[in-house]
Amino acid sequence: MSANKTASSNRGAADASKPNGRLLAYCLNHAQVVVSSLGKLYRTPVSTLMTVAVIGIALAFPTGLYVLLKNMQVVSGGWDGATQISLFASMDVSDERAAELGQELRQMPEIDKLHVLTRNEAMQEFQALSGFGEALEALENNPLPAVLIIHPDKAHSAPAQIELLTQKLRAIPEIELAQLDMQWVERLYTMMEIGERGILVIAVLLALAVLLTVGNTIRLDIQGRRDEIVIIKLIGATDAFIRRPFLYTGLWYGVLGGAIAWVMVVASLGVLSDPVQRLAGLYGSSFSLSSLGLGTGTALLAVSILLGLTGSWIAVSRHLHQIEPT
Amino acid sequence: MIHFQNLFKRYPGGHDALSDVCFELADAEMAFLTGHSGAGKSTLLKIISLIERPSRGQALLNNVNLAKISRRRIPYLRRQIGIIFQDHQLLMDRSVFDNVALPLVIAGFRHQEIGRRVRAALDKVGLLDKEKQNPLTLSGGEQQRVGIARAVVNKPPLLLADEPTGNLDPELSWDIMQLFENFNQVGVSVLIASHDLELIKRMDHRILTLNQGRMHEQSSWDLD
Repeated sequence: MSANKTASSNRGAADASKPNGRLLAYCLNHAQVVVSSLGKLYRTPVSTLMTVAVIGIALAFPTGLYVLLKNMQVVSGGWDGATQISLFASMDVSDERAAELGQELRQMPEIDKLHVLTRNEAMQEFQALSGFGEALEALENNPLPAVLIIHPDKAHSAPAQIELLTQKLRAIPEIELAQLDMQWVERLYTMMEIGERGILVIAVLLALAVLLTVGNTIRLDIQGRRDEIVIIKLIGATDAFIRRPFLYTGLWYGVLGGAIAWVMVVASLGVLSDPVQRLAGLYGSSFSLSSLGLGTGTALLAVSILLGLTGSWIAVSRHLHQIEPT
Repeated sequence: MIHFQNLFKRYPGGHDALSDVCFELADAEMAFLTGHSGAGKSTLLKIISLIERPSRGQALLNNVNLAKISRRRIPYLRRQIGIIFQDHQLLMDRSVFDNVALPLVIAGFRHQEIGRRVRAALDKVGLLDKEKQNPLTLSGGEQQRVGIARAVVNKPPLLLADEPTGNLDPELSWDIMQLFENFNQVGVSVLIASHDLELIKRMDHRILTLNQGRMHEQSSWDLD
């Protein structure tokens, strides 16, 4: 009977092996496993909730910090406008030449606004503000040079770019001195960079914790279903078929953990939002804390799902091979 | 169907489970495999069902060399064998229907086809009315029949049974053996390992005896 019989015994499968039928059966099996793996989690609510909560907290922490940092960058972005470069012309540069120079410099893309302070205006300002007005009147000549006050363009306001711009301006022959007080800008940016790195480190460590949590949970699940795995291997189940429910379980852990993290971040920021707004109000700012956006939230969910899948994949590939019929 | 040629199986540690075994099971043939515990019956069945690999010699299943088959192809080869265990190995967390349907689900059959075939298999073993029950609620003999229904549901050309009547009383054992004969009559090859000599003698089939890893052939009247 061998060849013929074998062929005919598989004819039932041949029903399913019509291209459409087989693909349909494959998809149906996936759909069924998606639902049944969720059902399994639902039937063990306490242990599921604990695993999912661990994942949620681990992911909410770095996400929350990240959102706060983004808020800080918005605030400091407002301060960037305060950066200005003062160009003091040489004494022999006339007001007309200073105005011309101002016209030329306005063409540079790095420069947003440029204000020319003529020698006379400089004098008046100095008299008005310094309190040495009478002493100046005693002088024969105006001792002050023309000044060009430059506000760099927002798009070129990173410290390194401003430094570069200042050096470029310093090279202009008519300019005696280009002065920039940007130490505080640099410090702020450095602090935020440290913050960013710190959050990255925390995120990586906690992602690792999520991987281990999911991996260990799936490992226990595999061990608990050892007998079942042996039986279905003997009936002819492929590795992929056996893997599938465990991988979908990992995926569900990711989905649920990510969702919990999302809720936690939004809730925590909601708690902070009022006091922050009041604080901003005290500084005369209308700043308000922005919450977890749709984009970041989706990224959080995607990362969570990826971690769930990866964790279960690691557990499955490590432990499923060890289970063989004996 | 099965062809063993000078087959040796040595386990790690040096124990020779099978020595120079030669035998053939023709298509649509039914035979018994007997011998004392430790004579090598289980090892022989394990080699056919790809749980163990031969150390030396040739083992062919449907002209496929079992020594050379890749790990990936093992599941597809196992689908051509219906295996029946002494302790039936049913999944107690699902219904009789779902247990019997498992080989079809694994092989990717369509839903309607699964229902049709599962009911046909349950009908053959006389358990059509128990499909919704949990196997735990069934008697030992009924559980064994569920195991048989699961083994035959995707119509494999070969049935292997390892002490299928080990836990059953003589009458139930006889019924189970009749069931195997029915399948054999429609063209399925059947190899049954058993040490129930009384039962074997009553059935007129070839008898293969293993003794310390070596095989002898007997006819049923040699057994006394």
